[in-house]
Amino acid sequence: MRYFNFSLALAVVAVAGCAAAFAQAPSYANLGRTATKEEIQAWNQSIGPQGKELPPGSGTAKEGEKIFTEKCAVCHGPGGEGSQLAPRLVGGRGPLNSPTPSRTLANYWPFATTIWDYINRAMPPKQEGSLSASDVYALTAFILVRNEIIPETQVIDAASLPKVKMPNRDGFTPQRLQDIHDLRARGCTAGHCP
Amino acid sequence: MSSKQSPRRQFLKNGAALAGFAAGAISSGSGKLFAADTPAAGAEALHAYGARSHFEDDVRMGRIAMWPVVPGVQRDYGFRSPLQDSIGIITPAPLHFIISHGHEPPDINPREHRVMIHGMVDRPLIFTLDEIKRLPSLSRLHFLECHGNSATSGPTGDPRKAPNATVQETHGLTSCSIWTGVPLSVLLSQVGVQKGASWIVAEGTEEGKHTKSIPLEKAMDDCLLVYGQNGEALRPEQGYPLRLLVPGWQGINNVKWLRRIYVVDQPYMGMMESTKYPSVRLDGKSRWFESEMGPKSVITRPSGGQQLSARGFYEITGLAWSGGGAIRRVEVSADGGRTWKDAQLQEPIARKAHTRFGLPWTWNGEETVLQSRCTDDQGHVQPTLAELAKFWGVDMDYFRLPPTTADMGNLNAIQPWRVSRDGSVSNALL
Repeated sequence: MRYFNFSLALAVVAVAGCAAAFAQAPSYANLGRTATKEEIQAWNQSIGPQGKELPPGSGTAKEGEKIFTEKCAVCHGPGGEGSQLAPRLVGGRGPLNSPTPSRTLANYWPFATTIWDYINRAMPPKQEGSLSASDVYALTAFILVRNEIIPETQVIDAASLPKVKMPNRDGFTPQRLQDIHDLRARGCTAGHCP
Repeated sequence: MSSKQSPRRQFLKNGAALAGFAAGAISSGSGKLFAADTPAAGAEALHAYGARSHFEDDVRMGRIAMWPVVPGVQRDYGFRSPLQDSIGIITPAPLHFIISHGHEPPDINPREHRVMIHGMVDRPLIFTLDEIKRLPSLSRLHFLECHGNSATSGPTGDPRKAPNATVQETHGLTSCSIWTGVPLSVLLSQVGVQKGASWIVAEGTEEGKHTKSIPLEKAMDDCLLVYGQNGEALRPEQGYPLRLLVPGWQGINNVKWLRRIYVVDQPYMGMMESTKYPSVRLDGKSRWFESEMGPKSVITRPSGGQQLSARGFYEITGLAWSGGGAIRRVEVSADGGRTWKDAQLQEPIARKAHTRFGLPWTWNGEETVLQSRCTDDQGHVQPTLAELAKFWGVDMDYFRLPPTTADMGNLNAIQPWRVSRDGSVSNALL
């Protein structure tokens, strides 16, 4: 039995060697362990523009205002107007065709899902992860309402957030996400895109 | 030639000398090799893990940023590498430029560190660092460069344009190392990428958990998971114990303290990539994911703030690099661009790596302008600032504006240095 296993191992090595010669990736047995569903859910904080990873929960601007006043206003200002400590979250609208375009959240950010993702992963500093999913929905709703992007009473949740169209969504080139990856097709050359 | 001594630099120099004294090192001029009373602890530390001579004092330079993250604690926009004193093509890890978007390096125990690869894959896997090190390793020379390096816009636009700017201020957000690790393609093969997948999202472990979307094609091409830099483990500020390396692309792609790779079917539009890194055209549209860094070179000696001590022989030397491939040619002009001569390229010349060039030169004592331009193996030539202006549809006055918020990155224009009759060297970009 031991001998049999040994020759089998040799055969596997030989096959792996052949595979490598044909530039196929060899299989590295027993390297890495399978991630469980629970682990993936716990680790995966990424929220894309489709919002398919958004967790259950919901929030309104009214609920968000309370949390904002308590946890965010100290840096971002009572009305989200920004301060020396943190950028402006409300206002700053204006034309972008200028050498000094206003790159505020309301005027520039293309996706509302990015607001949720960033609050969830990075805010408040030193207390990241302390907000519940509903807290993050509520804060996102508060910011969107204050910027007059959604109506005051709109509930923000996993279904409604990806549907929010930010004012500058069409201000990027290439506009379609599926066209971004191909630098050559976009006409980019030597580090510069049109 | 001597480097300009800023008060900060002078302070650091004095600080280093004091530290050296405290550690028992002797001062120069004593004529002794070792001080008789050198404490054993000092010598032991020196022998166990070497320190540079206390006569060497170049350090990274930080610039105060717009917002402190924590009240009273100033966030730094970026720490620039002292290119004016660079030797060869390898940047010592302690002098490698740093941008961490204001976040401090997390203190990660490598035995506890894990990397998850999941999403549109057949087998989502979690790897320990030890498992990644068991895979066949490779080492590659590659530069890293912040897309904002040399930019005339943004928060560091003013010091970059100042007549007294050093090459550290104009070009210090690039560095080059020999990186050791495993191809990302090997790990992606292990998990089995599914049909329809087209992007990956890489994520770090630091506060704020920086993410970056990278096309799957690039991930499979030449990206690396690296744990080694210049023959030792990554430094904490460079992503210890594991970082992503995305050769030739904007620095933001090279996610440090890597903990997760998510295989997906579109870019995920993280905060940095979708709101901070696009550049705004004059018509108001923004270019995003410009990704590749173009061909670029800069003379590091003589360079801004340095002083030619007398007329006579000098070697004009500098660095050239391109995100498109290997450097094929560097030309140097020592007469304000009237004539150009081929510089000698020093081996090794690696793809997407700094390449050292040199040209013998005799200074006749007259005022002149020195500049270099490189060509990569794709045939792309480093542009002048005027050529870039034409491409961007702006006039030269655009670059003279106070720092704009348009954030025109990937600025790879030819860098002119003016040599005055008194031997001083200054920034002649504008």
